[in-house]
Amino acid sequence: MATEGKTIDALSQFELSPILGVVGKAVSFSQSNVFMLVALLLSAGLMLGSARRGALIPGRFQALGESAYEFIAGMVRDQVGDEGKKYFPFVFSVFMFVLFGNLLGMLPYAFTFTSHIAVTLALAVVVFLTVTVIAIARHGWHFFSYFFPEGAPVWLAPIIIPVEVISYFSRVVSLSVRLFANMVAGHVMLKVFATFVVLLGGLGVVGPFVAALPLAVNIALVGFEFLVAFLQAYVFAILTSIYLHDAVHLH
Amino acid sequence: MNERDGFEERLRQARSKQGLDTPPAGRGKAPQSPWGFGLRAGVEVVSALVVGIGLGFWLDRWLGTWPWLFLVFFVMGSAAGVLNVYRLFNPRPRSRTRSD
Repeated sequence: MATEGKTIDALSQFELSPILGVVGKAVSFSQSNVFMLVALLLSAGLMLGSARRGALIPGRFQALGESAYEFIAGMVRDQVGDEGKKYFPFVFSVFMFVLFGNLLGMLPYAFTFTSHIAVTLALAVVVFLTVTVIAIARHGWHFFSYFFPEGAPVWLAPIIIPVEVISYFSRVVSLSVRLFANMVAGHVMLKVFATFVVLLGGLGVVGPFVAALPLAVNIALVGFEFLVAFLQAYVFAILTSIYLHDAVHLH
Repeated sequence: MNERDGFEERLRQARSKQGLDTPPAGRGKAPQSPWGFGLRAGVEVVSALVVGIGLGFWLDRWLGTWPWLFLVFFVMGSAAGVLNVYRLFNPRPRSRTRSD
């Protein structure tokens, strides 16, 4: 899997292949979709399972669910304020989906669906549209004053407004590219160093000793990737709440 | 008037004593390591450029004015990138309701 004909093949891990035979092919149901469903089921199972008993003194499982809930609830309260409470379910679902996508990708043989720009772009577009609809619903036409700061000279409007509009739309790109690039870069590095281990390990007597170096790097990278998996889900959620703050309070 | 102000003041004190007014302290910003900050700034600039160039390209193809709108929106995109980085350092002022 890692080496085919003694070459470094770091990108084939991102290829989609239809599963479930003929049915999967007909509807393009790939392993990416399977892991999306797994992420959905796991996050729903975690929350339902930890909320079902609702013990006063939580066990480990309940504490896990509650700390995830409180983490995002605190983030939304800090960023958006009390008006943000009703948007908490949205931020929480996005966070859990991205987090489970990143973490599932760390399992051997698993597929990281957040490493596809199509997936992260779709998520970012959903966030962008939701935030924009909330802003328009709350402020009506006043929303468009977001693109022209108060007190700026009117003759600068032809410059300021396009720049602000571009800056507003660039949220979609930056939100999606950040997650996508982090996940791709991490998994490519893991695969490259894993291939080094295999290639160097075959170098006769010294092989195993030399191969220990990339192996050590890879062990460090796995730890680093777990950090990145959490951090990127956190960044995605916190940027969503910052955009929500802008939508709720305008400026 | 004076009495009313006193009431507001007492109400505020009571609320903060009961923890009803959670202060917006510790904004919980995205992590601020130098590397992360640099990467974020880079992503912000590039994404603004991508949007500007894409918009200019698409408008030019639609209106048949190649390359003028592309050039204009390229400059606009660069300006938006600078604006994004500026916002990264100085976020938009928080809501007006905040006292400090």
